[in-house]
Amino acid sequence: MRVVDHPILDKLDTSNTVTIYYNDQPITALAGEPIASALINAGIKAFRTTARRGEPRGIFCAIGRCTDCKMTVDGVPNVRTCVCPVRDGMHVTHQEGSGTFEKKESV
Amino acid sequence: MKIIETDIAIVGAGAAGLSAAAEAARAGAKVMVFDENRLPGGQLFKQIHKFFGSHDHHAGIRGYQIGRDLLSEVRDAGADVRLNTIVYGMQPDKSLGIICDGKSCVVRAEKVIVAAGAKENYMAFPGSTLPGVMGAGAAQTMANVNRVLPGERIVMIGSGNVGLIVSYQLMQAGAEILALVEAAPAIGGYGVHAAKLRRAGVPILVSHTVTRAIGSDKVEAAEIAQVDEHFQPIPGTEQILPADTICLAVGLNPMTELLWMSGCRFTYIGPFGGHVPLHDACLETTVPGLYVAGDITGVEEASSAMEEGRLAGIAAACSLGFIPAAEAEKRMEMIRHRLDTLRSGSFGAVRRQSKEKQLQAMQDYREKEGLAQ
Repeated sequence: MRVVDHPILDKLDTSNTVTIYYNDQPITALAGEPIASALINAGIKAFRTTARRGEPRGIFCAIGRCTDCKMTVDGVPNVRTCVCPVRDGMHVTHQEGSGTFEKKESV
Repeated sequence: MKIIETDIAIVGAGAAGLSAAAEAARAGAKVMVFDENRLPGGQLFKQIHKFFGSHDHHAGIRGYQIGRDLLSEVRDAGADVRLNTIVYGMQPDKSLGIICDGKSCVVRAEKVIVAAGAKENYMAFPGSTLPGVMGAGAAQTMANVNRVLPGERIVMIGSGNVGLIVSYQLMQAGAEILALVEAAPAIGGYGVHAAKLRRAGVPILVSHTVTRAIGSDKVEAAEIAQVDEHFQPIPGTEQILPADTICLAVGLNPMTELLWMSGCRFTYIGPFGGHVPLHDACLETTVPGLYVAGDITGVEEASSAMEEGRLAGIAAACSLGFIPAAEAEKRMEMIRHRLDTLRSGSFGAVRRQSKEKQLQAMQDYREKEGLAQ
């Protein structure tokens, strides 16, 4: 859920959006925001599963330190989605374990 | 490999690093600040509450406004702030390895100030790795900066100022706080923050803890229970709360990785969050020319981080001859006095004792090594 109206902060400007793809499904994101917040707004909380036990993980620190939120972004695994900004047309994939490099497409 | 040379390199563009940059650059030093984030300000722009303290410490001004003022001060002073730049390592000679625009460079500076800040502590309990269990600061970042609610029904663990303030801010963003849970028999933070939550109807449960996060692929409920005087859950007191999010506000620890790489000496101070670097009254570590400032020296808060940043900036600029020694000492003494004020009262006393212990450990080290004071 977006925090649009706020008692202290300015009203959120939601006019400047981009489209990213989560497991090939389009998601509308605000330009410049981190991947993680766009996914959470779309109701996605489990970003990856762990290597040994296959347990789900989502964000923990949201400042790029704990690496719990890593996903495969445009074919590159282990990207910290809480600090990596969205880009129009970006492909974000749920990551299993340590992930693998996917075939590189032209960016 | 490209080599960048500067008088003073500062790691971290948060409250401490920017304050150091403003002082050193205004004195005439060539200052470069590196930060891996896309925006400067560290955690300041998440602080939407009014700061406490005296006029000197921006009392009554909201954190993000202090951040804006600090940024314009840094710009006017002429410091070069490089964002999206990762500092991945530091050699014992203080040279820094950085990655900027995907390229690796080396930074050689006469003086280095590390102001890397702190990160949130984790707490283990059954289900604590489930998506939906997160740091209170993480939830604050999501709500106040990224403007998305991380959850709608939240249980907050920990009643220090972070737990109290973030709970209120999550409510301002539209979430419901089902309960604020504290293992100790009394709340840890300021009464005024707790009173705001109580007035809003939030149950503050002392002598309680979280015993379980329930859910298969995300948090669907939180189990809490009362604890005895040994902090053990009392069987039969369990309650299930319909939470979708559990926030942990159980302290922070300094981000000292770069300092360990540099070879500087540490001491363990529990109230400061763990291992902290030895430093003197000018914030210089056991590595000559390497300074520290802010939460990395021991976890406190933004006001003391800004004061320490200014102190380190003045000390580093003075050691390079940009500020006359007598003038620098006078200004640093004023800052130390303001820091003492921040470290007073029933909440500040433990921080002042911790700082004195840290300074004493540095003095002991220098005496043992036969180094001049």
